[in-house]
Amino acid sequence: MAAAGIDQAGASMWGGGASPYAISSKKLGMWLFIVSDALTFGTLLIAYSYVRVASEDWPTPFHFWPSIIVASIMTFCLLSSSITMVMAVAAAKEGKVSSAVRWIWFTILAGVLFLILHANEWRQLIHEGMRPFENPWGAPLFGGTFFALTGLHMLHVTIGVIVLGIMAAGFKKGRYPADYVEISGLYWHFVDLVWMFIFPLVYLLSVDMG
Amino acid sequence: MAEAAASAAVHHEAPQGFIRKYIFSYDHKIIGIQYYLLALVAVFVGMGLSLFMRLRLAWPNAELPFGVGVMTPETYLALMTMHGTLMVFFVLTTAPQGGFGNYFLPIQIGAADMAFPFLNMLSFWVTFLALLVMLAAFFVTGGAPISGWTAYPPLSAVGEVAGPGLGTGQTLWIVSLAIFCGGALMSALNFIATTLDMRAKGMSLMRMPLTVWTWFVTAILGLLAFAVLLAGGVLLILDRTAGTSFFIPGGLVISEQILSHKGGSPLLWQHLFWFFGHPEVYIAILPGMGVTSQILSTFARKPIFGYRAMVYAILGIGFLGFFVWGHHMFISGMSPYSAIAFSVLTMAIGVPSAIKTFNWLGTLWGGSIRFTTPMLYAIGFVSLFVTGGLTGIFLGQPALDLYFHDTYFVVGHFHMIMGVAAIFGIFAATYYWFPKMFGRMMNDTMGKVHFCFTFIGVYAIFMPMHFLGMAGHPRRYPDTTSVDFLAALDPVHLFITIAAIITISAQFLFLINLLWSYFRGAKADINPWHSTTLEWTVSSPPPHDNFGGKEPIVYRGAYEYGKPDAPEDYVMQTAPD
Repeated sequence: MAAAGIDQAGASMWGGGASPYAISSKKLGMWLFIVSDALTFGTLLIAYSYVRVASEDWPTPFHFWPSIIVASIMTFCLLSSSITMVMAVAAAKEGKVSSAVRWIWFTILAGVLFLILHANEWRQLIHEGMRPFENPWGAPLFGGTFFALTGLHMLHVTIGVIVLGIMAAGFKKGRYPADYVEISGLYWHFVDLVWMFIFPLVYLLSVDMG
Repeated sequence: MAEAAASAAVHHEAPQGFIRKYIFSYDHKIIGIQYYLLALVAVFVGMGLSLFMRLRLAWPNAELPFGVGVMTPETYLALMTMHGTLMVFFVLTTAPQGGFGNYFLPIQIGAADMAFPFLNMLSFWVTFLALLVMLAAFFVTGGAPISGWTAYPPLSAVGEVAGPGLGTGQTLWIVSLAIFCGGALMSALNFIATTLDMRAKGMSLMRMPLTVWTWFVTAILGLLAFAVLLAGGVLLILDRTAGTSFFIPGGLVISEQILSHKGGSPLLWQHLFWFFGHPEVYIAILPGMGVTSQILSTFARKPIFGYRAMVYAILGIGFLGFFVWGHHMFISGMSPYSAIAFSVLTMAIGVPSAIKTFNWLGTLWGGSIRFTTPMLYAIGFVSLFVTGGLTGIFLGQPALDLYFHDTYFVVGHFHMIMGVAAIFGIFAATYYWFPKMFGRMMNDTMGKVHFCFTFIGVYAIFMPMHFLGMAGHPRRYPDTTSVDFLAALDPVHLFITIAAIITISAQFLFLINLLWSYFRGAKADINPWHSTTLEWTVSSPPPHDNFGGKEPIVYRGAYEYGKPDAPEDYVMQTAPD
């Protein structure tokens, strides 16, 4: 048989996946997911811009109080949670398990606070008569774009909170390596970053200046 | 620690028991076969639908079997929608990438499995779920949707009021696609991570077989394109179920009812859909290009002509594919200036495509060609790619497209290049890799007969469609008898239908060959085609972790054929200097 089999070819024992770019497959996978998810959010933001520009009576119903103040507090929550996440990753890398777990819990706390404030905001807007298909102020798509964008983002934050909860428990028991904390951190920072687009485009551009 | 975790994921033990081994398997080879079988089911369903459409076009008043009776125009449109959807998503996206890519990408780069075996299993079952949801659309009230595989709103967004199948059927359709996007994204992510991270020692990027390059670039396209379709799909679902009007303009009157929607834009869907839809064309065709390169080089016993140029052409096609979506929308009312920009970029794709074509011809030139069945299909691929590609240049001109748009010319064009050329890639891959996958050769005589019928058949079906289009025949018309100016074209329809019946019948030869060879084919040895890539260094079929727990070492590029000083006329990638 002419085929050079592995036995003849100086083969070595299999040692698992190589990492030519000094990055583990799981971390690379998370980066790829982020690229893909960024396109999904980007599409929604473009759709939002498209229908907003194409509408004559796009409403700007948000008042400085309470909408913008509360949204700023929510932004502050997310930004702080990114800092605590960085602290968690740093502690995890240094092997300080209890410190890392504590920082993860702070991150979860900030995330949950964001979700509570956000859910309350939805409740109020729905109470004021805003629906995906109508609202009292103008173009009906205002509600559609708002709920679609913030809803998908809220879903991401919720998933992030759950993942971090699993991470905190698993890392404490030594079930997960420090790398996993960093990978969930990547996701968390991405979700924060998306909000940094939603906050100006959806909130600040919808302030009632009159 | 992270490394240990990563390799633990790869090192999963050979599973015991039928369910873990064949149903919910983590093994990329089993998952590849599962994808292939899914596509095989979908392709026969899709082909059956097209047969009924052809019958209706040739004999508009005939009583058709299976309870169809005399086919209504609405039924015709439903069959057309489902034919397109099944073929594009569940065959052309699934078989070349999910099927062969899954099976052979890890082996060709010397890996024991994909980077994320669990994700791989999940992506198959998500795709399977999407197929079930899609097929369910046939069985709900109103039946399958009638809005075509592109599902243009407002037709696809306004609901039952616009026609049968636009109620529950259309909702199932778009939900199925959203599910499919999820599976495709997981799969794409896995392919990219595997190609970058799991290559064996010595397998540098420029030593990878061109098949791996095309699967890799296809995965990148999938990762970016399906993410956009997913977002568009979510918005369409909201339009249909939450009462929003992203894609529905105000003041629409349908069936004497004024719709309450207002403020949206159908063009927004076209932009989002085609931003996905054009890369999707390359998702379907690129793996076929890789397989063709591999097979032409193997059976011409020559190195592939211009390996690096081939790689750059693949990257170029993938990159440019994201900037040409507007050429599907020339008559949508877009500015002629943007039409020119899209047109120029579209023409630019002709450059890497021509590089590939000439390199294939250069590979064949002066080779000692072995006319095996896979080789015939690879040559057929080149032929169809040229035919379908040239008509693309017509359609890419805004001035010509004003006339050709929505005629049979378009139907002929995309069936040649995206449909049949990609299918020929699948056939070539099947005949080429079947011995490795199942340890038995496929019957060569049956394969060649199948090739002759299919090759002549597809030209007989799709070539006349170009002439129908030039004569001004619109696409999507269920019958031509009620339109006077089309009456003279009826004989062409009759010819196409007869050609289609013969070609479709010949496909059962392929099915029989698959089954017969699986049970009765001649035993295949390790390397029946004298190929050089890594999958031909392991037994047929390969063991559970591909290389028996060892890691191959790669010393050279993938296409070292026709070596005058080698003992054989080829050198394996694993042969040391």
